[in-house]
Amino acid sequence: MSSHAHTGGSTVHAPMAEPSGFIRKYIFSVDHKVIGIQYFLLALTAVVIGIVLSLLMRFHLVWPNATLPFVSGGQMSQEQYLALVTMHGTIMVFFVLTTAPQGGFGNYFLPIQIGAPDMAFPRLNMLSFWVTFLAFVCIIAAFVVPGGAPISGWTGYTPLSGLGEISGPGEGWGQTLWIVSISLFCLASLLGALNFIATTIDLRAPGMSLMRMPLTVWGWFVTAILGLLAFGVLLAGGILLLLDRSAGTSFFIPAGLVVNDQLQPHSGGSPLLWQHLFWFFGHPEVYIAILPGMGVASHVLSTFARKPVYGYRAMAYAICAIGFLGFMVWGHHMFVSGMSPYSGFAFSVLTMSIGVPSAIKTFNWLGTLWGGKIQFKTPMLFALGFVSLFVSGGLSGLFLAQPAVDNMLHATYYVVAHFHLVMGVAAIFGIFAATYFWFPKMFGRMMNEPLGKIHFWFTFVGAYCIFMPMHFIGIAGGIRRYADASAVGFLAHLQPVHQFMTIAAFITGAAQLFFLFNFFYSLKFGPKASKNPWNATTLEWDTDSPPPMDNFGGHYPSVYRGPYEFSVPGAGDDFIPQWLEPSQVARAK
Amino acid sequence: MSDTEFEGIVASPWSGGASPFAINSKKLGMWLFIISDSLTFSALLISYAYVRLETPNWPRPFEIWPAIAKSSLMTFVLLSSSLTMVLGVNAAFNGDRKKTVRYLIATILCGIAFVAIHATEWVTLLGEGVTPWSNPFNPAAPLFGGTFFGLTGLHMLHVTIGVAYLAIIAWGFGKGKYTAEHVEVSGLYWHFVDLVWMFIFPMVYLLSVNPK
Ligand code: HEM
Ligand SMILES: [Cu+2]
Repeated sequence: MSSHAHTGGSTVHAPMAEPSGFIRKYIFSVDHKVIGIQYFLLALTAVVIGIVLSLLMRFHLVWPNATLPFVSGGQMSQEQYLALVTMHGTIMVFFVLTTAPQGGFGNYFLPIQIGAPDMAFPRLNMLSFWVTFLAFVCIIAAFVVPGGAPISGWTGYTPLSGLGEISGPGEGWGQTLWIVSISLFCLASLLGALNFIATTIDLRAPGMSLMRMPLTVWGWFVTAILGLLAFGVLLAGGILLLLDRSAGTSFFIPAGLVVNDQLQPHSGGSPLLWQHLFWFFGHPEVYIAILPGMGVASHVLSTFARKPVYGYRAMAYAICAIGFLGFMVWGHHMFVSGMSPYSGFAFSVLTMSIGVPSAIKTFNWLGTLWGGKIQFKTPMLFALGFVSLFVSGGLSGLFLAQPAVDNMLHATYYVVAHFHLVMGVAAIFGIFAATYFWFPKMFGRMMNEPLGKIHFWFTFVGAYCIFMPMHFIGIAGGIRRYADASAVGFLAHLQPVHQFMTIAAFITGAAQLFFLFNFFYSLKFGPKASKNPWNATTLEWDTDSPPPMDNFGGHYPSVYRGPYEFSVPGAGDDFIPQWLEPSQVARAK
Repeated sequence: MSDTEFEGIVASPWSGGASPFAINSKKLGMWLFIISDSLTFSALLISYAYVRLETPNWPRPFEIWPAIAKSSLMTFVLLSSSLTMVLGVNAAFNGDRKKTVRYLIATILCGIAFVAIHATEWVTLLGEGVTPWSNPFNPAAPLFGGTFFGLTGLHMLHVTIGVAYLAIIAWGFGKGKYTAEHVEVSGLYWHFVDLVWMFIFPMVYLLSVNPK
């Protein structure tokens, strides 16, 4: 063993013996790799549910009067539609986009990529997962409690979410479960974030300076900082909202509110306060969803272009800048909530300034590709798709960032298009790129390439077909969260566009079966993966596939160079791994 | 090309292989927890300020006797507990197990006293008719009770958890299961909870002293 495990007074655990019982090994495991897979499988379950919900929504938008076998009364009510909207958004944002990239891949690969045997706090890590799991159980339980799922959207806007049953089905039990679930999720994410930060600061292998960390690690690290600072605020909001609902307070509910012809017994509160608390969390949250994807995209683009990441330092600083600015722009979600024009102006300028580091990242991705010997493997395709979607979705953000323009576009499908491209699908592409890229390492087998490519093209084209037309519906005034636009005079003629999107959604949804099949088939029957099938450079490729319990089998790597040394002039191979001692590097003949 | 050489960067404490702050991960973890928890409290205090500023004639019912006297006593008790905590940590690093445990127990007793006095405060207020949804002082400011019970309640929960946490540490340290570092980390938590009170006391009590 190297000196690594006991230096600096840090309490790194010596390599643990592998637990033998099934429960300790796979259920209540403290191994970050097992926990990472648990997070991943949780997200996989969640995404399947989330997609089914979205398809039901798309179906209802086009055939609002269809009789459905599983809906009581045959036809879906408007409240049921809203419940779908709420549950789709909540499950996707929290349990997929926050869970898979950070909890899943971050957990699995952050320690390995920095050369550590595990997280800084393995038991806390296990706790984080199981609390997340409990949160998931709560949100799913909202489907089956009396009244059903809540209807106040993934943003849980007050006063709707604060009043209880009177304001609609699902606002009783369902909404309470929603708040409990989100609060638990906050707690779990706080603990997870703390663990990620401590691990990155304390457990880097000798030679792994900050500027030698893979950009994936930068992504996870900054995401964890955002999580640490943002989830605590949402937790505070959750506590207050729960008090409003169950202790009779009125933090978020103003006086004189009449709902369903009944004067509500609340007074003194402010719905704006909830919006501030929610979006102070909510905006950083969108970066929590995307930063790991940015890291993965950089990592994969560099590997398959066989070129170093263009402007590595700028990339790392841009991640930090995005994280920092991300805390100062939450007001752009509230331009029409009654904001002073001066604050609106400030939030607008700050919001647009995020465009600068975002553009730096984009141009550096292109710079990385420029002149590379590009290998179009499936992970590479998804990383390219990520860049494309991020740009397409980010540009519409610049329009929304103008208060005057947002007055018209707020709460329309334009916003839905913006955030689905830039957050929803882009982050999912990051997850897919990560899955195809790291599957060999995680499970010791290769995934099927042709199936992966088919999956990519269906999903890529499909995503654009679903979300591009939404911009036009939004500009035409199509309001989001309406259950039935065909009944609205000035929107009725846009129904064919909705039909097109629905068909695209069903095809894209079905295409995900290629992925599921590929995943589970390859798990069992894929060709065996070598240690380093992509000829990549970072530490996870220095160990077996899958890695042993202590990650490196008793030896701990030292790091001799930056993470992306591809096609170095004068070297014999077109890649020089981080762990290779300078004397071992092959020279060109 | 020094950047690609291992030796080129060993000089910096950030170059890997060691904790750059030269503290153990547990301590770092506790600091990180404190950061996130202070954000939760900040959000609550800011929410309190927000609704208070929005409400005309926010009640200011606290008389010097008994409310302010009691809360000052609570402040004193909590501050003393920080002192005993410091002494306890000091004793732990000096390897004096008995003394450490004694100081920890003193800290725990202060914590319990704090919660007990606070509980009488709550009972008094509830007796006067203050609830989370109403108060007798100004019915147009129903959030007076909500903010009061919410903020102090969450703080009390932290003190209670702290008491249990310190009890475990005292027990384990007495048995030789825990090191001085464990004691120190629990001390960080305890001081933090103290510090939060130093915000709650002026904002909730002193700003609501009866002006008459
Ligand atoms: C330069 C980049 C960006 C700008 C200028 C920008 C701007 C905006 C603005 C002004 C809104 C509010 C629209 C409204 O509600 O009326 C918005 C909504 C949103 N943005 Fe962005 N955005 C950017 C990038 C991103 C990224 C990278 C993500 C996620 C990864 C993201 C996710 C979202 C989400 C989820 C919403 C809507 C939330 C909701 O109302 O349900 N945005 N964006
Ligand atoms: Cu935002």
